[in-house]
Amino acid sequence: MTATVTTAKPATAGVRELLTSNLRQSGILIAFVAVFTAAALASPNFLSPGNISNIVQQYSYILILAMGMLLVIVAAQIDLSVGSVVALTGAVAAVVVIKWDMPWYMGVLAALAVGLLVGLWQGFWVAFVGIPGFIVTLGGMLIFRGLTYQVLNSISLSPFGGTYYEINNGFQNGLFGGYGVDVFTLVVFAVGAVVFAYLQWRTRQGRIAYQQTVESMPLFIGKLVLIAAVIMWLGFELASDRGLPNILVLVLALFVIYTLVSQKTVFGRHIYAIGGNLNAARLSGVRVRRINFWVFVNMGLLAAVAGIVYSSRMNAAQPGAGNGLELDAIAACFIGGASTTGGIGRVGGAMIGGLLMAVISNIMSLLGWPMQLQSVAKGVVLLLAVAFDLWNRRRSEAAA
Amino acid sequence: MNQILEMRSITKEFPGVLALSDVSLTVQQGEIHAICGENGAGKSTLMKVLSGVYPHGTYKGEIVFEGEEMRFSSINDSEAVGIVIIHQELALVPYLSIAENIFLGNEVRGAGGLIDWNKANHEAAQLMARVGLHENPTTPVSQLGVGKQQLIEIAKALSKEVKLLILDEPTAALNDTDSEHLLDLIRQLQADGITSIIISHKLNEIAAIADNTTVIRDGRTIETMDMSDPTATQERMIRGMVGRDIAHRFPERTPRIGGPVLEVENWTVYHPTQPGRLIIDNASFSVRAGEVIGIAGLMGAGRTELAMSLFGHSYGRDISGQVRMHGQVVDTSTVSAAINASIAYCTEDRKRFGLNLLDDIRHNISAAGLFKLVKSGWINGNEELKIAEEYRDSLNIKTPTVMALVGKLSGGNQQKVVLSKWLYTDPDVLILDEPTRGIDVGAKYEIYTIINRMVAAGKAVVVISSELPELLGICDRIYTLAYGRITGDMPVAEATQERLMTLMALERDQEIPTNRFSNYSPGRVDATATDFDMKGPHQ
Repeated sequence: MTATVTTAKPATAGVRELLTSNLRQSGILIAFVAVFTAAALASPNFLSPGNISNIVQQYSYILILAMGMLLVIVAAQIDLSVGSVVALTGAVAAVVVIKWDMPWYMGVLAALAVGLLVGLWQGFWVAFVGIPGFIVTLGGMLIFRGLTYQVLNSISLSPFGGTYYEINNGFQNGLFGGYGVDVFTLVVFAVGAVVFAYLQWRTRQGRIAYQQTVESMPLFIGKLVLIAAVIMWLGFELASDRGLPNILVLVLALFVIYTLVSQKTVFGRHIYAIGGNLNAARLSGVRVRRINFWVFVNMGLLAAVAGIVYSSRMNAAQPGAGNGLELDAIAACFIGGASTTGGIGRVGGAMIGGLLMAVISNIMSLLGWPMQLQSVAKGVVLLLAVAFDLWNRRRSEAAA
Repeated sequence: MNQILEMRSITKEFPGVLALSDVSLTVQQGEIHAICGENGAGKSTLMKVLSGVYPHGTYKGEIVFEGEEMRFSSINDSEAVGIVIIHQELALVPYLSIAENIFLGNEVRGAGGLIDWNKANHEAAQLMARVGLHENPTTPVSQLGVGKQQLIEIAKALSKEVKLLILDEPTAALNDTDSEHLLDLIRQLQADGITSIIISHKLNEIAAIADNTTVIRDGRTIETMDMSDPTATQERMIRGMVGRDIAHRFPERTPRIGGPVLEVENWTVYHPTQPGRLIIDNASFSVRAGEVIGIAGLMGAGRTELAMSLFGHSYGRDISGQVRMHGQVVDTSTVSAAINASIAYCTEDRKRFGLNLLDDIRHNISAAGLFKLVKSGWINGNEELKIAEEYRDSLNIKTPTVMALVGKLSGGNQQKVVLSKWLYTDPDVLILDEPTRGIDVGAKYEIYTIINRMVAAGKAVVVISSELPELLGICDRIYTLAYGRITGDMPVAEATQERLMTLMALERDQEIPTNRFSNYSPGRVDATATDFDMKGPHQ
């Protein structure tokens, strides 16, 4: 066994370096925390258990779309069709489940298959014909909206009911009984917090083994305690309400997967390489066409997942469903620090961008502000976020 | 003569870096003043202070122009008093006409505030005549070569009634004829009373044109020398720039040459968009283990096209010919196939084709060899960081951390990042296209050392360069290329600049001499550059 004890103390970094080293990411996080706190102060209902569940459910499909959209935007493309694809996949699921009276999973599979086809179609035009994604998906936006009307005969189909309805609206609870709070939910969150802490610790050990700078031990523990506290608070809130929302499990799972794919796989890194410098990527052996193709296939699939979630939430498929969702997803990415010219952006940033919009919409509803103001607020947030980004970039350039 | 400009004790600090420390510069009225120094020495920072890019208050010291202290808060202020800077990267709008570019931001207004295009074009024509540019003022800039675009920048400066013209590396992108023309123009402007500051890496050019030269190193002025003084030699400039004598500009190496590694036979390439236009004509060459070969050719001879077509068919179409590695025929029709065949190609244009400037040093180094870091599907980020740090140390990339953005490095250090990227793929053949273009003397020496380390390890290196002394200094054998044909192949012991030039200048229809060192004809030296583009937006 290797019993070599490293006596050299690992290089450590303090809070300041951590925050300033990545202002692009931490800036949006700070903004989110600030808005969240302001919302909690403005309305006593904001932090109520039921409302926290609501926020997750109301914005889940935008978060899902934003994960795919982030990859598209990092590859220096754009996808305008996702709103229409959400409608089309929901419509197909509705036909399968409601009209043909087949089980819920057949509806899910049919929707995913349609999303895959949409992705293959758009990926083909972008990657192999060489038409910019903007044009291909502008076409797709019209095509798939039209197909939605066709599939639904221009009328709504409802209700799904049953398990399909539960996808977005259901909860896991009651497994271990309840004492005013749901024990199952608390256990899941506790396990989650422990797993998170373990993974963090392992990462830290790995970094120490490679003699890299890590946070000092007190800071590391402080960070873990803080995050665990937030996780357990969220768990308690949900447990006091109806338990663990299904959709939260789905969104978290996708979030973990897409964070890993974008940061830790060759595919993910090649997306950043293409967005950063197409020519250099090509000359480094990146198969540009192939990567672009799969980025759009992936977007089609995720749009189908969002379509399932959306139709489940509405408990219906409507011809006009999902109109403008593409703009929300794109806005989430840009608020979260993605660059309009590609090459820069993170899944986590896009998630916080989406949640920031969610919290703003939610608090405005709670305060009884008119709906139309929410759109204004989202627009202003988008402008401010990108302005902050520009300011930050100029600041760091001036320092160069 | 009196002074037009005096910069006194300029100190400029960036967080953590002292870019300029107590730098003084005095420029006489009507002279041509050269500034030389390594990349990162502070030349550009000094010019940015002078032109108001860094406004008054962000630096210490004072600027006296025509006897008055100046406090510029922007470029507009410095232009208003007649100081105009022409940057290395030209700032022209490609789809606007010459006249539109000349008067951009300074439009000729007629009645009612509308632009008077007749008057503008007329005035543009006069300015163009002064700089010797014979084109229609309404021609879009995108239709002109770099040399002519440079002239437009100068015409633009003249339209602003320039008194002090600053040129940052004006000839870096020009061929010899265009460079010569530009230098003549600067002399002619001198005769008209315009003072110039010229920043250049090309020491022979400085020697030819400058009245005085100021050498800057590490943010300090080393000396200002009067170029009419016979002791103001290139050696003295180099000594000042690098702070040590470079007895040998090229590191010593004893070649230990083995068997053939790369053999290319009958390589033929056609232009990507003009069918039937032959770019590489039946070229054959080889390079052996432990050998450095050079490829010399004039602009437009097809040097880069040859390398890029070999490397994953990244240039051209209807490519035919055979590539063998260690005697085995290999497929190089995609970049990944070429990388698998242990071939690496370092581009001549690192910013456009070599680096992802948005990303950090670490990710750029691993970009081509990423597959080596994958364990069960995931990239080992710790290993990646370790490797990046190893290359930083062994190639002496000057950066506090490999997580720094590669766009913030100086040219020489960026070049070392590109080299690291390809060294990490562990190639048997390394093709270096203009490896020392636009980098300073010290970094050049380091790049040569890296080449020597490669061949010492039994690898083969192909160097493409416009600088014949460089090829003569580092190669074992030199091929000459003219109009896509290999016109010569000579051991470096037999090669001289004149002999190489003779073969490089061979006309398309001239027979290749069997005795390759005779039969000199001046030929057409000013070959037209091929318009260079890759296969299209999507490979």
